[in-house]
Amino acid sequence: MDRRTILKVAAGTLGVAGVRNALGAVGSMADLGFAEIPDGALAEQVLHALPGKVPLIRKSYRPPNYETPVEYFRTPLTPNRAFFVRWHLAAIPQVALKDWSLAVGGESAERPLNFTMNELKNEFKPAQVTAVCQCSGNRRGLFEPHVAGVEWGVGAMGNAVWRGVRLKDVLAKAGVKGDALEVVFDGADHGALDKTPDFVKSLPIDVALSDNTLIAFEMNGLPLPHWNGFPARIVVPGWTGTYWVKGVTSVKVMPRPEKNFWMSAAYRLPRGRFKTPSFKSQVAEANEPITTMVVNSLITSVKSGQQVARGKPIEVRGIAWDGGTGIAKVEVSSDGSNWAAAKLGKDLGRFSFREFALTVPTREAGSLVVMARATSNSGETQVNDLIHNPAGYHHNVIQRLYVEVV
Amino acid sequence: MRAAVFSVLFLVAPAQAGAQEDKVVLKDAPGRDKAMQCLACHSLDYIQMNSRFLDKAGWMTSVNKMINAFGAPIPKEDVDAIATYLSENYGKK
Repeated sequence: MDRRTILKVAAGTLGVAGVRNALGAVGSMADLGFAEIPDGALAEQVLHALPGKVPLIRKSYRPPNYETPVEYFRTPLTPNRAFFVRWHLAAIPQVALKDWSLAVGGESAERPLNFTMNELKNEFKPAQVTAVCQCSGNRRGLFEPHVAGVEWGVGAMGNAVWRGVRLKDVLAKAGVKGDALEVVFDGADHGALDKTPDFVKSLPIDVALSDNTLIAFEMNGLPLPHWNGFPARIVVPGWTGTYWVKGVTSVKVMPRPEKNFWMSAAYRLPRGRFKTPSFKSQVAEANEPITTMVVNSLITSVKSGQQVARGKPIEVRGIAWDGGTGIAKVEVSSDGSNWAAAKLGKDLGRFSFREFALTVPTREAGSLVVMARATSNSGETQVNDLIHNPAGYHHNVIQRLYVEVV
Repeated sequence: MRAAVFSVLFLVAPAQAGAQEDKVVLKDAPGRDKAMQCLACHSLDYIQMNSRFLDKAGWMTSVNKMINAFGAPIPKEDVDAIATYLSENYGKK
């Protein structure tokens, strides 16, 4: 590939990218070496601050869907005020703590119980976990061919220290019967119309009873922001964000699979296309629910199309994460064939972002393609080519950033 | 019927959205008034965001999903006009 071709590939097409840069398009993915999000999405989105948030990349006003700009991923923990916002339904009540309580029960619970926030905090041992919350559809906008939905770039994710109580401790108090199959969660949000299916999600009983699954009311040491689920949300480390029900009001232990739209139709993958675990009670003939995240990484220190002076090394830094086995290694390449192991940052736990860094020399003038590929402790590595699926989930294609050494 | 739908959506929309979403304006073309029914449940930026890669069949699928899965009160006889408007103004190029 000659330099001109490389630059064209890097920017999508050079001419269009030039116009976009001149207009200051927000959230362009060409800078990150990815295919561009749909041009309608790119033209429309702006930085906009919701109350209590810094300006984020607006995908939609109502329901609010806002993406975190890449600069906030230069630290392993994502600030609350910059944490992405994702809601399915437009009615999101402002919840006052004095009016809030959590109902715990269901047919496979021995007794129904109700907890105020003070009761949750006083009656159960505190627990915390550092974990990535990533929307199932993060990077959907980068799918080629495009698929309909929220056209996310790379920022529908964040990493935080979540603190609350273990779901299993709360369920133990209600008593879990032997026939328990799933635990079903509902939040305070609902659709503008009564006919719209309420956003209700379920988890397999073993995941609900895991030590790591929390009812969290703090994020990075502060109460959850309204937009991220105040006063309490479910935290399911390793699993995609769809299960992390926000503003949770009800937890039911049930002996049968939850059948509502959000479980039976939405958030599904073609069977067998990914190696992630199956949600066994929800497997259908053709598809099954998305479960854990696939291994992935994001380079945060380099822009595609950037020029670097010859002899000045390129600092390649970023973050890597997976579905909960932890990151074994991140390799960096500047030519697509030779790979060197990056230095990994402090281990904040197997569910967290893991920082990586490597210095790449620039001995000769010309074009480099900077790539990073993460491998998890389970041996899963990022893919070269997109694994297409109808709803646009699990995009973990290796990034390709073109840098010109001059 | 349409008057009734419009009165519902304008009661719902401002309470949830604020002035910001009013800045999102659909292209003026035949069928725009029918496409405005989308406002009952979500802001119109969903339309720009999902352009320009859906053809008429793709937009038809989206509109029918809104009706069948999400309960949008859009009369069946409006579906074709809405999908035509969306594909002509926000469709695949």
